[in-house]
Amino acid sequence: MTQHEDRQDRQRGLAFVVKSQLLSADDVSRAMKRMAHEVIERNQGLDGLSVVGIQRGGVAIAEQLSATLSAIGQVAVPVSALDVTYYRDDIGAHPLKDAAMTTLRDDLTNRTVVLVDDVLFTGRTIRAALAALGDWGRPTAVQLAVLVDRGHRELPIRPDYVGKNLPTSRSETVRATLDGVWLGTGVSS
Amino acid sequence: MNMRGANLLTLEGMSRDSLLDVLDTAESFFEVNQRTVKKVPALKGRVVASLFFEESTRTRLSFETAAKRLGADVVSLAVASSSVKKGESLRDTITTIDALGLDAVVLRHRSSGAALQVSRYVPHVRVINAGDGQHQHPTQGLLDAFTVRQILAERHGVTGSESGSSLFEGLRVLIVGDIRHSRVARSDIAAYSALGAEVRVAAPGTLLPNSLEGWPVTVAKDFDEALAWADVVGLLRLQHERGSGSYVPSLSEFTTTFGLTRARASLLKPEVIVMHPGPMNRGVEIDSLVADLPQSVITRQVANGVPVRMAVLYLSLAEKKEIA
Repeated sequence: MTQHEDRQDRQRGLAFVVKSQLLSADDVSRAMKRMAHEVIERNQGLDGLSVVGIQRGGVAIAEQLSATLSAIGQVAVPVSALDVTYYRDDIGAHPLKDAAMTTLRDDLTNRTVVLVDDVLFTGRTIRAALAALGDWGRPTAVQLAVLVDRGHRELPIRPDYVGKNLPTSRSETVRATLDGVWLGTGVSS
Repeated sequence: MNMRGANLLTLEGMSRDSLLDVLDTAESFFEVNQRTVKKVPALKGRVVASLFFEESTRTRLSFETAAKRLGADVVSLAVASSSVKKGESLRDTITTIDALGLDAVVLRHRSSGAALQVSRYVPHVRVINAGDGQHQHPTQGLLDAFTVRQILAERHGVTGSESGSSLFEGLRVLIVGDIRHSRVARSDIAAYSALGAEVRVAAPGTLLPNSLEGWPVTVAKDFDEALAWADVVGLLRLQHERGSGSYVPSLSEFTTTFGLTRARASLLKPEVIVMHPGPMNRGVEIDSLVADLPQSVITRQVANGVPVRMAVLYLSLAEKKEIA
C-alpha cells in the first residue's frame, strides 16, 4: 500500500479490523503446496508455464507458487507481476487507486498462464486481468489460482485452483497473505 | 491543489504531494510505453479536444499520443483552417466544440490566462493548460521534474517513486535565458522549488521579469560560476515571436554572454543534466555540439512527455466526478 492510499484510508476510517483468523501460515503453506501439485497434474508438467501475479495481493502468492513449482519440477518457472488498474471497468466510479508496477515483459503467445490473486470475489479484477493479458499475446490457456474464493461472483468466472473456499457476507473483508488468512471489516491490502 | 479530478492550469501553488502523485502515476505509464502494445483502456469512451491556437510540434503530438494511448477519442482543431480565421471568438469556438460532447480540453493559446478563462466557459469540462502566453506550461514543468528524478533515481539504483522527493533535496537547478517571456521557466521554477530543489536563474537584466518578488529563486551574479555550481541546467528558447530579440543587443551578444557555448560546457560538472524544452535555436542559447552531448537529455524530455501527459489526463479525467 502506498503512503497516499494509506493516508486516504485512514482518513475515511476504513482501516482493516480483524474479526477472526481463518488460516495460519502453516495452513497457507500446505494449501500452496497442494495447489502447486494440482498445477503440475493438470498441465502434465511445467513446460510452457508462466505464473502471473495480480498487483498487489497476488504478487507474493505468485512468487511463492512459482518457487514451489520450480522446486518440485526442477525447472525455473517464470513469474511476473501484472497491474490491472488501467483495465478496470469501474474507473470514474470510485476514487482512483494508485497503480503498481507491471513487470511482465515476455510474449505470452503459446504459453500456459497461471494467473494468481489473493482473494477471488466479484471476478471483476480477473476480467480486467484477462483483458490486460491480451496485450501480451495469445496464451494457449489461462488458468486461475486464488488463495481464497469468497463467493459473490458478478461475472462468469471460476477458479481452477483454490487454496480455501470461504463463505462470507458481502460486507466482510478477507485478508489473504502467505502469513495467514483473516476475516474482518474495512479495507484490506 | 490536488491534480485528481481537477483542471491543470498552473503549477504555482501545487503541493509537493500532488506533484509526486503525478510523477508516480507517470512512472506507471512510462512502463506502459515500454510494452509492445502501448495502450490501456483507462479512458475508453472519453473525448479529449486538442485546441492549439499557437504553433506546436512536440506538445501537441505528445498530448494526442497520450490521449490515444489511454483509449480516449481525440478531436483536434486545426486553427489555420477553422472558423477562428473568420474571427470567431475563443468563447464561441469553445462553446461550439463543447456542443459536440467533450470531457477535456487541452488548450494552447498565446494569451496568458486563456486556460483559466476557458475553464470558466465550460465548468463541466476538464481543462489542461498546454501553454498560455507567458504564464504557465504545467506539463513541461512536470516532465522536466519527472526526467530529472528518473535520471537521478537510475544513478542511485532506485525507482523514482521509491525515492519520492528525496533526490530533489538540495539539488541545484540553474535556469538560463529568456526568463521574462518564458512560461516554461515559470512552471519549472514552481515544480523544482516545491519538490525541494534550490533554483537560481541567469539572464541578461532585460530578459528578467520586472520584479522577482515572490519567486522562489535567486539571480546568479556570475554565469560561469553558476554553471560550475549547478546539478541541472535548464536552457530556455529565445522567443522571437514574443519579441525577445529586441531585449538583447544582438543574438551573437546573447550567445557570447549567456549561451551554453563549447567553451562554457567545460565548466559544467561531469554528471550535470542539461535540459531544453525545445524547439532549440542551435547556435543561439545552446551550441549545436553541446546539445548532442551525453549530458544533454533533450530527446529524453520529449519521450517522457507522453507518460507525463498520460498521467495528467488520467488523474484529471478518471477520478470520480465531484457532484457540484
